[in-house]
Amino acid sequence: MTDTTADRLERSVRRRHLTAFSTIVTKELNRFLRIWLQTILPPAITMGLYFVIFGNLIGPRIGTMGGYSYMEYIAPGIIMMAIITNAYSNVVSSFFGAKFQHHIEEILVAPVPHALILAGYVCGGICRGVIVGALVTLVATFFADLHIRSFAVTLAVVVLTSALFSLGGFINAMYARKFDDISIVPTFVLTPLTYLGGVFYSIDLLGEPWRQLSQLNPILYMVNAFRFGILGVSDIDLAVAFTVILGFIAALTAFSLHLLDRGIGLRS
Amino acid sequence: MTTADDHPTTAELPALRIRGLRKTYRGGREALAGIDLDVAAGDFFALLGPNGAGKSTTIGIISSLVRKTAGEVRVFGVDIDEDFPRAKSFIGLVPQEINFSQFETVIEIVLNQAGYYGIPRRIAARRAERYLGQLGLWERRNEVSRNLSGGMKRRLMIARALVHEPRLLILDEPTAGVDIEIRRSMWQFLTRLNRTGTTIILTTHYLEEAELLCRNIAIIDDGRIIENTSMRALLGKLHTEAFVFDCNGVISTVPVIADAEVRLIDAHSLEVIVDRNRSLNEVFAELSAAGIHVRSMRNRSNRLEELFMRLVQAND
Repeated sequence: MTDTTADRLERSVRRRHLTAFSTIVTKELNRFLRIWLQTILPPAITMGLYFVIFGNLIGPRIGTMGGYSYMEYIAPGIIMMAIITNAYSNVVSSFFGAKFQHHIEEILVAPVPHALILAGYVCGGICRGVIVGALVTLVATFFADLHIRSFAVTLAVVVLTSALFSLGGFINAMYARKFDDISIVPTFVLTPLTYLGGVFYSIDLLGEPWRQLSQLNPILYMVNAFRFGILGVSDIDLAVAFTVILGFIAALTAFSLHLLDRGIGLRS
Repeated sequence: MTTADDHPTTAELPALRIRGLRKTYRGGREALAGIDLDVAAGDFFALLGPNGAGKSTTIGIISSLVRKTAGEVRVFGVDIDEDFPRAKSFIGLVPQEINFSQFETVIEIVLNQAGYYGIPRRIAARRAERYLGQLGLWERRNEVSRNLSGGMKRRLMIARALVHEPRLLILDEPTAGVDIEIRRSMWQFLTRLNRTGTTIILTTHYLEEAELLCRNIAIIDDGRIIENTSMRALLGKLHTEAFVFDCNGVISTVPVIADAEVRLIDAHSLEVIVDRNRSLNEVFAELSAAGIHVRSMRNRSNRLEELFMRLVQAND
């Protein structure tokens, strides 16, 4: 086989992979946009209620935090909370649904590499995270005067956090056998970690050992990196936050691919 | 990811070659006990067996949905252990259970499947129109799949399996629960498809279907191939042949015919089982002598069923 033939074959394979990848992403986008009343609107309403209750009603009695009004301080955390839960739930429900209805077999019988399946579903989760994040940010502007300090940091945190929790949702869906299994992690792990991840307070308010313990919570790094992007303040060094996020993404990606290669929950 | 087009030399190779295929499920149940199977390119092949015999496990391994314990599978010469993506590109699978999203439209399901195989949208759209049209689903293309009837869902799965134009189409009980009219139209479609060169492997519980469509046959039982031959050779193993005679007038007593088994089906028809080499003229003559006048006759259609039962019972 000459180099030219090999190159042509490789280009053809790349084109086919790109088509398969875009098919998975488009299918995911169509899925959650088709049911926008269940996927896009509820977080905007729920987070709007957080702004009303914690920001408008309770916030003025609390005063300032990190040099900002309480409303301004919690806004990035609340936006991040919506991004995390939506990225996670998008992938966990979509992938488990595909397993449950067996239409995941449509992809499994096709020559789609495992990395591409994972990338497609994660991209779907990122898309939903970004769309929900943008919508909740829009809602936040009705309550707080938000000026994004660093657009690059903000966008990078949104995309990376969405990717990380999409991977989490994917792993949950791989192991899930019944619908209960996809609600256990969000209820008993994700929600507590999010609430304890510095969404509503600065960890500087905590005494030891709670301050130290809080630093074991990965969500703290995302919330603070996002807060830095919007307000320019953070409890955590930005480089440390990005290292933690990227480290988790690398670990969860490797684990997800391992599960796909082993066919856990997919192939008997 | 490559396609058949990239490797034209595979045309001469067998569509499927299986050697020593074993599958033991977690828990220790042995579904396949080391099967060997060859399906020639262009064949219309029946894989028959009772429930739980190992048919779906075999198909699952070929299509990557089941992991084999041991053995070798080659699809048009491509070893699934060496290049499964390429082997997969040759295969179209119509599974036993409905396995598409109930919330997507007919056209979305077919186009997405083409996308997974890396087929550009423009080409996929043309093929979707062709196959959905041939299977009588084009008019329903924008309908959500859950609204389709059982027969339409089965045909949709065939259209979906064909959109990447596979050289080997595997159908796992494609006509289960489908009414006879739709079943016959599916038979015609599959026969036409086979004539264009597509190799077809069919599992079915309708043995009449296998007898009508398939040229070669393997019977699997308890994870073992107990028969693997041509349909003609298998049917040739029947030493007797059964006929149904529709007669004029009421048959009051069952006639006695030398060296034949005669059974009264109803007041106007008889089933007669005779040696395959016996002249039917003698049978007619004896019936006539008994005062029975035959109006019409036909072969009893479940010859394969008889053999199938005989082989499976012998294996027990």
